[in-house]
Amino acid sequence: MKKVLGVLLISLLTACASQTKQPGDEDMEDRDRSRDAATQREGSMQGEDYSSPTLNPLTDPNSILSKRSIYFEFDSYVVKDEYRSLVAAHAKYLREHPNARVLLQGNTDERGSREYNLALGQRRADAVKYAMTLSGAQEGQIEAVSLGEEKPHAMGHDEAAWAENRRVDIRYQGE
Amino acid sequence: MAIAMLSMPFRLHKLSGSAAVLFFLWLVCSPVQAALNIEIFGGGANQIPVAIVPFAEEERLGAQSLTPVISADLRRTGLFKLVDAGGLRPHEPAEVSYPDWIGRGASALAIGTAIPVSGGQISIRVRLLDVARRAELGSYVETVPPEQLRAAAHRIADMIYEKLTGDAGVFSTRIAYVIKQGKKYSLQVADADGVNAQPVIEYTEPIISPAWSPDGTRLAYVSFENKKPVVYVQALATRARKAVANFRGSNSAPAWSPDGRKLAVVLSVMGGSQIFLINADGGGLQRLTQSSGIDTEPSFSPDGRYIIFTSDRGGSPQIYRMPVTGGVSKVAERLTFEGSYNVSPRYSPDGKGFTFIHRSGDKFNVAIQDFATGQVRLLTDSRFDESPSFAPNGRMVLYATEIRGRGILSAVSSDGRTRQQLSTQAGDIREPAWGPLRRPQ
Repeated sequence: MKKVLGVLLISLLTACASQTKQPGDEDMEDRDRSRDAATQREGSMQGEDYSSPTLNPLTDPNSILSKRSIYFEFDSYVVKDEYRSLVAAHAKYLREHPNARVLLQGNTDERGSREYNLALGQRRADAVKYAMTLSGAQEGQIEAVSLGEEKPHAMGHDEAAWAENRRVDIRYQGE
Repeated sequence: MAIAMLSMPFRLHKLSGSAAVLFFLWLVCSPVQAALNIEIFGGGANQIPVAIVPFAEEERLGAQSLTPVISADLRRTGLFKLVDAGGLRPHEPAEVSYPDWIGRGASALAIGTAIPVSGGQISIRVRLLDVARRAELGSYVETVPPEQLRAAAHRIADMIYEKLTGDAGVFSTRIAYVIKQGKKYSLQVADADGVNAQPVIEYTEPIISPAWSPDGTRLAYVSFENKKPVVYVQALATRARKAVANFRGSNSAPAWSPDGRKLAVVLSVMGGSQIFLINADGGGLQRLTQSSGIDTEPSFSPDGRYIIFTSDRGGSPQIYRMPVTGGVSKVAERLTFEGSYNVSPRYSPDGKGFTFIHRSGDKFNVAIQDFATGQVRLLTDSRFDESPSFAPNGRMVLYATEIRGRGILSAVSSDGRTRQQLSTQAGDIREPAWGPLRRPQ
């Protein structure tokens, strides 16, 4: 029930977000913290520009935080090394924004059992959640759910499509 | 007694001559190789030759004729060879010239009448005759309204099947499946031959895992209508439904206990995906499995004492069995060892084996494993087979497969010899489940 409400809330907030501006103070605070966070990171954060008051690190294409998908091997829920910095960056954001909430949606490719894939998608979302909590995010900030193979991004029936669909998406509340 | 005497010669005949040699080769071959051999060598020679003679006055029924439905039912099993009646039209035993039917190679013969009577009803009388013994094997008498003609044809086919094989016929049973058309998902129920499809529920979010209650009056299924998987139970007659498992996280994979009072479900409420027992009305939650991995797709043994399920507790998804004792169990017996992906187990109706999906290379195929011998038989060699379920007589397995990226339903005999596609509508069909023998009132 809680979860349903959570999803509904997210939907409502999403609907509102397009019309409502957040209070400027909060924007500033978030941005400052993000800048601090950014300066502590190397390489990947170069070129970020926080001088514009409208730029949100979660959506800034130059920010690693705008990258929201983690991809997996067939029948695997191991978060690959190449996604460690991505997961750590989101964990850090959550740590620094205790009011932020994320929904992790686990997905699988279309092959094999739908029920097993539902569980596998959950396992992938749980694996990302676990990695985020290890990096300091609070468990209560993260909800991990599975869509199994039921909501494919890529509609094809080949390895390229399957690889695209073996994925966990990170969605922030209010997006 | 007549059944046993008649069916024995048929079975012996199956093993005669070269067929017996091939059957022996099949027995000693490695399990996975075996299925291919079955497909190559199986077929016509072992079928029971039966003639279905058009019934008296049946032509007045037009498109509702009985004998085409009966013939199609029998042909679909792969167990029968339909002998052409030619110009012969006996309708009563006295009209049968047995030498003619011996000459045509028919072992059994169905004759009868379908006569309109008062009130627009049709009076049907059918006799099944043993050609060699010139004796009646069985009969069927019923008066039905026109809209019941097709159902009556299935009941006649059931009678013929039962008398000639000794097994229950399943032509009067129903199947459930999900069809996706555009963005719409529809859970449907149809006759076992795919005809008379009726929607049970429709949504724009996915529906998966329909499961028949043992008495055939209710369906449990998983709907994503609330943006996450929730288990519902719906009565087919009243359409009344209830969310029976709607806990935090995912709720899925419902399986009925044989007494219809409980469901095994998979919940993530306590972390991971684990199997729980719940009353059919949603009360009395009780945990069954406890592992650090995925436990899902439970299926009850026919006596209700065990469940088999899919678990990745050993590193890859395999099939396990554990007793249902009323408590949590951390241990289960691993049943599958061949390959790194064995999922979707379903007990056979006699409890002696189970069907499941076996991955080999890039292929996902329907297989059967015997509990006593551990022998595995692959029944299909298509690319993406899913969701196998036994016919209630154990003789066929219904499953989902795909052609050109579109889901279709197929059935394969449990010896792997005969395969067929069910008549398909436009759309993407998946998640079939074969219903029980008894039909609701």
